[in-house]
Amino acid sequence: MNAPLLRAVDLRRHYQVRQHALAARRTLKALDGASFELHAGDTLAVVGESGCGKSTLARLITMIEPPSAGTLEIRGVAVHEAGSEQIRNLRRHVQIVFQDPYGSLNPRKKVGAIVEEPLRINTRQSREERRASADAMLRKVGLRSEHYHRYPHMFSGGQRQRIAIARALILNPSIVVADEPVSALDVSIQAQVLNLLMDLQEELDLAYLFISHGLSVVEHIAAQLMVMYLGRPVEQGPKGAIFERPRHPYTRALLAATPFVDPARRRDRVVLKGELPSPLDPPEGCAFHARCPHAVERCRAERPVLRAVDGRDVACHLAEEI
Amino acid sequence: MAGREPLLEIRNLAVSFGPLRAVDGLDLHVDEGEVLGIVGESGSGKSVAMLAVMGLIGFPGIVSADLVRFAGTDLASLDKRARRDLVGNDVAMIFQEPMTSLNPCFTIGYQITETLKAHQGGTRRERRERALELLGQVGIPDPARRLGSFPHQLSGGMNQRVMIAIAIACRPKLLIADEPTTALDVTIQAQILDLLLGLQREYGMALVLITHDMGVVAETAQRVSVMYAGQQVEEQDAAALFAHPRHPYTQALLEALPERGAGRARLPTIPGVVPGLYDRPPGCLFNPRCAHAESDCREQVPPLERDARGRVRCLHPLGHGPA
Repeated sequence: MNAPLLRAVDLRRHYQVRQHALAARRTLKALDGASFELHAGDTLAVVGESGCGKSTLARLITMIEPPSAGTLEIRGVAVHEAGSEQIRNLRRHVQIVFQDPYGSLNPRKKVGAIVEEPLRINTRQSREERRASADAMLRKVGLRSEHYHRYPHMFSGGQRQRIAIARALILNPSIVVADEPVSALDVSIQAQVLNLLMDLQEELDLAYLFISHGLSVVEHIAAQLMVMYLGRPVEQGPKGAIFERPRHPYTRALLAATPFVDPARRRDRVVLKGELPSPLDPPEGCAFHARCPHAVERCRAERPVLRAVDGRDVACHLAEEI
Repeated sequence: MAGREPLLEIRNLAVSFGPLRAVDGLDLHVDEGEVLGIVGESGSGKSVAMLAVMGLIGFPGIVSADLVRFAGTDLASLDKRARRDLVGNDVAMIFQEPMTSLNPCFTIGYQITETLKAHQGGTRRERRERALELLGQVGIPDPARRLGSFPHQLSGGMNQRVMIAIAIACRPKLLIADEPTTALDVTIQAQILDLLLGLQREYGMALVLITHDMGVVAETAQRVSVMYAGQQVEEQDAAALFAHPRHPYTQALLEALPERGAGRARLPTIPGVVPGLYDRPPGCLFNPRCAHAESDCREQVPPLERDARGRVRCLHPLGHGPA
């Protein structure tokens, strides 16, 4: 196998927060140890509920923020050692599509200006060249060149997401972080955008980091899966293995909670008790133990580490029995 | 069901905002104690129709209907005050965004007892007792402490539980839930749906669940009504609808679900978008996007056909499945 486009080893991001002006600073471990690789043409889906660290991960990968600890290598360059010139170069290769196409496009700018902006900042292309690339990109994402002079409010949600995708791809990146790109869209539009993402991946050999809070979309688009809970991956591996037989109780609960239309797909509801604990003071031992139906004494005392079970990595003491 | 009067009956409901007809000739009935799902994409008029039933459409919206009857009372004949007594008491509604539907300036306890005060009176102590009982029922731990909390101190799931507590405070006969779980995480969504269904059975109340999520409807509703561009296009029992959709729109929506696409390279899509105000096609509203459209679909407006299986608004309904 050739070298990965992106390699993350034990990536962490901690924030110092204080809850009010006089309180002592405390450490919030938004992301606490994620390791994975991403190859060209591959899709890694990161799944978890609010507060699991998936958006923090996106911020690290796109180099909006540096990691607090751990290594991040993009195209063979270690980000924490790279100089600012090198980082600027790397940024062209990692682009992002945000969740809400109503919030991520500047309403005062025309579509053409939005799509061309990355070129204006990152390249020395002339106005005509930029115009030509933007035109080509708009057509590639299924818009027409006459859309160049329109404003975002003149488009529907699905079309806006296409504009956001065009903006992300105009620099010809190798990695695209898609932060819940279809969750704000209606079902019929969602399918159009998912198909577009898959077509573009095939054509341009893109690597996707696909962030999602639900499993049904992920099953369709991803090859690799990483399920996160409270800042840590709890199960990661090939999609097929995990969907067939989830080994972590949280993955299992997520899958059971996902509503399916097909009666054969429905599993016994494992309705989790309680809510996500505060990441400011995560429980001792396994972070999931308070909500876990299988928890035993050991789970309260000792934090499980990721280990290989049945073709994937699971962080659970009881993975074999589940 | 046969012969008995439905709890809520709507005939030919229309809601328009200026030239825009948000709801167009909607017929709907809800029986006592049933769970009706209303599905449709954004702009299909599903929320607006239910807001109209609640009497919550304000200027410039114009509501008209041949009949809106709830538990034997014609809502149109009621004056404002009588209608307000009914709404919130016998009919209650919860909304999508729990964080914005609660008033951030008042405590949870105040907002629950306010409803009780308006509709049922009683002493301050009785209302507090009832509020505690309600919070317990909707599964909020440590209710006595939570009465003094403000909405921002609770999570989204907890706030939705509070909304549900307020909605069921007066033991309504009908609860309308407008996308009650869309803003919530999946595991919390499962909790809230279970709670709603549990309460629905316990109180024997009817539940109308408005959602765009086919999965949620399939797992909760007994009967499903599908809306498109302000019109009802299909209505069937839930199991039958998902197994044998009769309207091409329903079929296309189901086909487009990623869960049905796993293993296939690409998802079947519905080309185009929902028609807006100025690009309504002649004939069937769905015809430009329909894979089965024939020439008469472009000219003739399909009527809503009723038969034993349900209703469908299509000139050429899909024929598969038991007749």
